[in-house]
Amino acid sequence: MNGRSSPDVDVAVCGGGNAALCAAISARRAGASVVLLERAPAYMRGGNTRHTRDIRFAHAEPNAAATGTYSEEELFADLLRVTGGETDEPLARLTVRDSTELAGWMAEQGVRWQKPLTGTLHLSRTNGFFLGGGKALVNTYFDTALRLGVRVVYDATVRALAGEESRIREVVYADPTGEHRLAGAAFVVAAGGFEADVDWLREYWGEAASRFTIRGTPYNTGVALKAMYDAGARRAGDPRGLHCVAVDARAPRFDGGIVTRIDAIPFGIAVNAAGERFYDEGEDLWPKRYAIWGKLIAEQAGQIAYAVFDSKTAGRFIPSAFPALRADTLKELAALLGLDGAALVRTVAAFNAAVRPRGAIDLGALDGNGTDGLTPPKSNWAQRIDAPPYFGYALRPGVTFTYLGVGVDLAARVLRDGDEPFENLFAAGECMAGNILTRGYLAGFGLTIGTVFGRIAGTGAAAHARA
Amino acid sequence: MRELDLTAELQRQLGVCNACRYCEGFCATFSAAQLRAPVTSADVTYLANLCHDCRMCYDACMFVPPHEFAINIPAAMSSARARTYEQYAVPHAFANAVRAPIAGAVLGVAISLAVLLLAVALISGPQVLWTPLRGPGAFYRVLPYGLLVAAALGLAIYGIVCVAAGAARFARDIGRGERFVTPRSLGVALRQALALTYLKGGGVGCYDVTRHSGRRRTFHALVFWGVVADLASTTSAAIAQDFLHVLPPYPLLSIPVLLGTSGGIALALGAAGLLAVKRAGDARPTDGRMLALDYAFLGLLEAVALSGLALLVFRSTAAMGSLLAFHLACVAGAFVTAPYGKFVHFVYRSIALVVNAHEQGS
Repeated sequence: MNGRSSPDVDVAVCGGGNAALCAAISARRAGASVVLLERAPAYMRGGNTRHTRDIRFAHAEPNAAATGTYSEEELFADLLRVTGGETDEPLARLTVRDSTELAGWMAEQGVRWQKPLTGTLHLSRTNGFFLGGGKALVNTYFDTALRLGVRVVYDATVRALAGEESRIREVVYADPTGEHRLAGAAFVVAAGGFEADVDWLREYWGEAASRFTIRGTPYNTGVALKAMYDAGARRAGDPRGLHCVAVDARAPRFDGGIVTRIDAIPFGIAVNAAGERFYDEGEDLWPKRYAIWGKLIAEQAGQIAYAVFDSKTAGRFIPSAFPALRADTLKELAALLGLDGAALVRTVAAFNAAVRPRGAIDLGALDGNGTDGLTPPKSNWAQRIDAPPYFGYALRPGVTFTYLGVGVDLAARVLRDGDEPFENLFAAGECMAGNILTRGYLAGFGLTIGTVFGRIAGTGAAAHARA
Repeated sequence: MRELDLTAELQRQLGVCNACRYCEGFCATFSAAQLRAPVTSADVTYLANLCHDCRMCYDACMFVPPHEFAINIPAAMSSARARTYEQYAVPHAFANAVRAPIAGAVLGVAISLAVLLLAVALISGPQVLWTPLRGPGAFYRVLPYGLLVAAALGLAIYGIVCVAAGAARFARDIGRGERFVTPRSLGVALRQALALTYLKGGGVGCYDVTRHSGRRRTFHALVFWGVVADLASTTSAAIAQDFLHVLPPYPLLSIPVLLGTSGGIALALGAAGLLAVKRAGDARPTDGRMLALDYAFLGLLEAVALSGLALLVFRSTAAMGSLLAFHLACVAGAFVTAPYGKFVHFVYRSIALVVNAHEQGS
């Protein structure tokens, strides 16, 4: 814990998810000594990577991970589509270009590929599915990192990044044995977003934030992000930006992952706490519809909504961990959901009267089966809710990740409040992804950014440390 | 866990799995469970025996305890397999033996040994147990050939009838009344069973001592092919004796001894390896009852293999008679406990593979 002449380690990595592990492995492979500080205890290691399952990458020909071809231009176009064109183009181009190397690099680290999972065929061309999902990926990367000689400290909460001006000298962290100062030649922060810090969310979302469900790890409280801001890092990304989907209100407050998502809304109607519809349930296809409902529920009174459908559509959508509530009449269903029965019956009656069938219901397309004279309308897949038993879910906004982070340059160096980068502070993953994926959602692309920039940050940090 | 509890618990856990599906690439169980959701008691029996206990899904699951979802599929499945062995034991009066497998194995060998020693003493005289016996037919001076054949055939027929009766009931229960035996489903299942496909964990092996390795599958293959070689050895010895009229013991470079020796060594190594892996492995994804069944069966196999090899090494010495009696007691113990222990796993698992091949193919 001495001065700048002899740091304790070449590269200190803050974080323990995909981007941090890619950085640690890359730095170690480049010859640097590496310490990885993971906020979580060992059994919870891996951040939100634990809940992932596939990664998106461009590829000119089919490979072990994905079918067909997916050009760099097509991936870039997909990114522009979901962000409405708002992306840092040089960073985005770099991500897309480097993405072509990822399938091979991941396999070299011991990652195995598997066939797309049931119900995910639409992603088989653009995304590679790793065997066993995200926790298996995390296990593989930790095994590889440990085998290479990376030192891992669990339960290590970053308190501060201390230094002078553009140079970080040490990371201050606390673990169950007390507070420690780790002097390093270079630092990588890859510690996710801040969605698990409800007080921080409250700054932008007010009291509504306390009724959000956090789908990922409770350890993503943004402590390392804050440490970067305190050291003078420039903010990037929308602070209010959340990726949010509709989840079962019975989901655990944290860490329910993928299994509590509810995709029932397009199959019936969604009502708010007053028992009234509030948005066009038939507006768009998966995955766009999937990505908007979290926000829509967050804007409702009490941050709650209810999906209601009948036996015609039960079992036709992606299942979730808890069975739907079920009743023989709408009144009884309303009672189970905690809704006013008369209001629900009224809403369903008005909806049923407005349904104008135009053909067979086709959930794979915008089928034009809409409503007439109803506000808001339901533009597609509208069919009368009249075949008991009736089913319902209470829904909450489920936060997947935040978009707020720090600015970085093409070498993954963190930008300071001026425009100059830090000499020896690098960032990767969710805490800089908001520069590229400024809003919206592109399945598997968070891991792409994390892997691309984790590798760049790790290699760059090692080069800096050993220069 | 009581039967209803176990079914309800697996219904709950597989509901989470069905919403996640990340583990589909490891084995057949999760895709099979999707086809049977929500699972009944018979479905649980089917899926539990389709599960090969590679335990990769435990290692890969983000919802294992202490997560409040408390998902632990391998533990629930092994518990359900132990239930299967009990439920389909024939005659049912002996089902209790499934509950105390280690005591059962020890008792099985001890009673067999006592009966053998008594028979030797009465028929051949106790001195054959400590007198060197050499030359053609030496073994039969310990116990007469006819008696040995009668006892072996009797035990074998008993075992086959009991296991087959249980298997028939099992097949009827898990098959949902469908005719799942077709040339295609049989072919697929046979290939998967012989290749131990579902101990590959989708390519990474089984989760055991280190994170994952091919150890279990390798040791399992050694045990299986060791047993096959030993059965082939016995068959070739019968041919040599009854058709070629050459009496045992056979020379070291004869087919029966070569097969028996290599089979015995493979069995001894495989069973010891599996015992070591199970002892050192993570106990959380296991059910205590199943572990006891594993230890009892593997211990018996180890005793059969080692006593057989010892008999080969010392067959020209004064210990031959005693070693032969002990080896035969171990073999007899393995036979009498077979329908009530881990031995039956390959029968139920093979049937489950056929059912799965049928359901995935149709």
